[in-house]
Amino acid sequence: MSALVPPLLSRRRFFLWGALALLMIVLPLVFDKGYALSLMCQISIMIIFSLSYNMLLGQTGLLSFGHAAYFGIGAFATIHALNFVGKAAALPVSILPLVGGLAGLLGGVLFGYVSTKRAGTTFAMISLGIGELMASASLMFPVVFGGEAGVSGNRVIGKAVFGVNFGPQIQIYYLIAAWTFLCILAMYALTQTPLGRMANAVRDNPERAQFVGYDPQWVRFMMMILAGFFAGIAGGLSALNYEMVTAESLGGWTSGVVLMMAFVGGIGFFYGPIIGAVLISLLAIAVAGVTKAWLFYFGLFFLTMVLYAPGGIASLLAMHKRLWNAGLLLMVMPAYARVTIPLLLTFAGLVSLVEMAYQQAEVLETPLLVFGASIDVNSLAPWLIALALTAFGLVLLKLSWPRVSEAWRQVLAGINGEVAR
Amino acid sequence: MNVPALQLTDVRKSFGQTVIINGVNLIVPRGERHAIIGPNGAGKSTLFNLASARFPVTSGDITLKGESVTDLKPHQINRLGLSRSFQLTNIFTNLSVFENVRCSVLWSLNYKYSFWRRLAALRDANEQAHRVIDAIGLAHRSDTVAGILSYAEQRALEIGITIAGGADVILLDEPTAGMSKSETGDAVALIRRVTEGKTLIMVEHDMSVVFDLADRISVLVYGEIIATGTPAEIRASAAVQEAYLGTTFAEGSHD
Repeated sequence: MSALVPPLLSRRRFFLWGALALLMIVLPLVFDKGYALSLMCQISIMIIFSLSYNMLLGQTGLLSFGHAAYFGIGAFATIHALNFVGKAAALPVSILPLVGGLAGLLGGVLFGYVSTKRAGTTFAMISLGIGELMASASLMFPVVFGGEAGVSGNRVIGKAVFGVNFGPQIQIYYLIAAWTFLCILAMYALTQTPLGRMANAVRDNPERAQFVGYDPQWVRFMMMILAGFFAGIAGGLSALNYEMVTAESLGGWTSGVVLMMAFVGGIGFFYGPIIGAVLISLLAIAVAGVTKAWLFYFGLFFLTMVLYAPGGIASLLAMHKRLWNAGLLLMVMPAYARVTIPLLLTFAGLVSLVEMAYQQAEVLETPLLVFGASIDVNSLAPWLIALALTAFGLVLLKLSWPRVSEAWRQVLAGINGEVAR
Repeated sequence: MNVPALQLTDVRKSFGQTVIINGVNLIVPRGERHAIIGPNGAGKSTLFNLASARFPVTSGDITLKGESVTDLKPHQINRLGLSRSFQLTNIFTNLSVFENVRCSVLWSLNYKYSFWRRLAALRDANEQAHRVIDAIGLAHRSDTVAGILSYAEQRALEIGITIAGGADVILLDEPTAGMSKSETGDAVALIRRVTEGKTLIMVEHDMSVVFDLADRISVLVYGEIIATGTPAEIRASAAVQEAYLGTTFAEGSHD
């Protein structure tokens, strides 16, 4: 029990934040190709967006299906501000994302109060409704949303200041990176405040929160406003990055992707959505580059995570870090080795099936290559082989998986015994 | 004039056609330890839920320290200095013991919905939380996630959350339910310690706890208070005995 106030940043925290800043500065120097730069810009934007989403889902317990509304509002506000600034030169381009943030915040104020009365299904349904409302409104008011073509702008305005006019991609990257760093820092800081903690309390038990003096609706409302603010900044950065905003940015697809990123990364951890944003963005590029069925694999991957690792990548990491700290990580490795081959077999079988099915459906001109082998999808043999492979893999997996559970059981018993002693 | 801590005037509550609380009048003076007893289904928990605004009353009036609170919401009543515990443990399951208690002191220290202050820098909140955790004997479990505490520890935390904000009217709903004999003894000592100088109203089934702790007792039967008095008076009351034996009660034991 100490009455001392801990410093703003412990030494460890200071190093972590320093490392993050350094990484963001150095990365574009290492990967300086154009597509790498634009990918990093996109990932940064998605990091802010998915962290803002997790302020609702992970921290406040609000499952939203319409978070893109705030991203889109921010994006459209920023692109209009950009075009206005282009004529009047009233604001520097670097602070325009703030306009997006404020627009997102206003969106939160507008939609938040009605939707935060209850959490759970009611909130989820209302969020879906709001998302759809915004998406359809975007097609009804072409003056504001630009119809199907969207609204475009030009981020290069006026004279360059110290050679910076945000024309080259590297300059816009550093602008995005700076905003991203600030937003991560601010969202982390929020988790360490009375409101941030009471959001967790309301998530766990809204009734109890009432009986310690807090109005759960007001806590949810404020979190929603703040989440709208950060989502709006993300939208604003995306407007500057692409110099173009379409109705897609506030539609269901964008809302779905951000849910997926936060969930796959791990909603129980602050940094979970960061992992999710990076991983899903990279996977999307990598998988979409090699197969037309990439969306199908995405769905499969998401399902697998929901069923077998609902805590997300972050919780898997945290579990293994615990073993690492106890010096017991090696103890689960033999069991992992045993399931590796069944996993690979299942994977190979499933991929073959999916690829053949796509080939069959699309009647592509080029012959299908699965793992480098050319396959004729019109004969029966490859189908039978792929099916057998999948079934065989699944059976082996079923047989070998208990070893993993058993290894974990033993290791955890070891750790807990240690603690008890 | 001495304003009572809590006063219920002709309070009624029905769910649909079913009348659960049928015109309850109750005055609890400041500083009193008051127990509400009665057979199962008498409406004791409902009465608590009305007094703490968990449910709205159908009719009647409730005043807290002279101020009408009949139409307030739970968080508003709590801010006026009434705090309650629950029969079924009602805690923040994914937060640590320390966070549970700290969440319960924040409003009373006026931090409200602040998102510009650092929790770690709130000296008064942290100290008060530690004091409460010491008082409920959970100092060694401070960093444990509340959801994995033992039952008795969760009950102690439940009381800790209830008293942490410094409310001066405390409602405890069956604080010793489901406890062993020795755990009950500890719980009674704890309740006595942490409600020192406060008004305590409790629902309790364990008669040894009731007669040990209470200054006065009210007996609730079928939604009506049939007797209020000191433990000795209640023990001697024919009406109470009748109600508890349950023989001729249906014919009317109001008089």
